[in-house]
Amino acid sequence: MTKRQQVLYLWLAEGALDTETIGWAFHDGTDGDGPQLPDEEPPYVSGLAALQDGWFLMQSPSPLALHPGTEHEVSYLVNEFIFERRIDI
Amino acid sequence: MPVSNHKLTTQEMARFVADGYLRFDKLIPSEINQNIIREFSLLESNKILQIVGQPPEAGGLQLPASLTPLSECYPPQSFLGQLLNLPEVLGIVESLVGPNPLFDHDFVHRLQAGSEYKQHLHVDAVVDSADPSFDIQLFYFPQDVAPGAGGTRFVPATHLRRTRAEGVGRYQHLLGEQQFSGEAGTLMVFHHGLWHAGQPNPSDVDRWMYKIRLNPRVSQVRQWNMEDFDDIHNDSSDHTFARMRHDSVAQILRSLQPWQKGHEARYEQMQRALVWRYLSNDPGFDVDYYHTRIEQRVRLIEESS
Ligand SMILES: [Fe+2]
Repeated sequence: MTKRQQVLYLWLAEGALDTETIGWAFHDGTDGDGPQLPDEEPPYVSGLAALQDGWFLMQSPSPLALHPGTEHEVSYLVNEFIFERRIDI
Repeated sequence: MPVSNHKLTTQEMARFVADGYLRFDKLIPSEINQNIIREFSLLESNKILQIVGQPPEAGGLQLPASLTPLSECYPPQSFLGQLLNLPEVLGIVESLVGPNPLFDHDFVHRLQAGSEYKQHLHVDAVVDSADPSFDIQLFYFPQDVAPGAGGTRFVPATHLRRTRAEGVGRYQHLLGEQQFSGEAGTLMVFHHGLWHAGQPNPSDVDRWMYKIRLNPRVSQVRQWNMEDFDDIHNDSSDHTFARMRHDSVAQILRSLQPWQKGHEARYEQMQRALVWRYLSNDPGFDVDYYHTRIEQRVRLIEESS
């Protein structure tokens, strides 16, 4: 039995893990052999919903540093949470 | 009908500033749609020959050079020349980037039937400037594109986010993303910053799309049809949390896409307000008072020093 990692990125509406999902990405180290994401879009309504389905949080965003003059600019989505689960195959 | 009859309204311009694109279904007449693919095929061959270091001698239209004024890019009797000279097309182009903009580049995107080629979301070119000026990219589909059959995917309202071109590839899916499908002759106009991606074409028809990027050569201020401007261009007191209008430019710039939720979306509204200040040449314009509140206090500090 070997373990393979599945990685789930969720971009949430705000900085709290229980706010709504606005974007997602899934990378599957089991190449389809492990469980897949739920069919709904988004697959989880919030980061909390992903935890409740068995995903483990690997990284949450640190609060953005503010730089005078650029505080109101928009760039990448700031509320990026990364989850994993390890699957026996 | 002269070009001026086909200029965008203030309402449409505000919609472009909010969403980063406009869509015109079946705008191009079928005579052009039915004949233009032969020209595209030769253009595509020439472009490929040039890229691999061969003389672009497939025949057909010459490849225009960057900095060529749009009106000189293609012979007016060619189908592509006719398309780019249609008053309907020029009205849209002139409203957004002023008269006779410069040719940046174009490309014929042929997606063969069954193609599995799939792009990550990206922004074209490189990280762009922070000022509110912009280029446009026309996306023209000469044939019907069925849902899922290789139409370009894009995410409305992402255009004002300053990112590295490939830095947005990490977002596989965003709420509210769209994949183009529609009838022959449909033209989409994108702000240069809109996130988009080519998609596979599982259908059994080749999908053709022609893209052209245009650079403004004059100020983009008030180039559109100004008839409705005074009616809907609001002053800086138009404020959701005080007294607000529902029939104003600010109301259009407030509108949010499904991926824009929570307080985070306010920064996008502030960026839209800056673009509208530029286009309308009104440095006091605002959406929901965000800039005005801060700027008033800046004056206090300036006056006391
Ligand atoms: Fe692109």
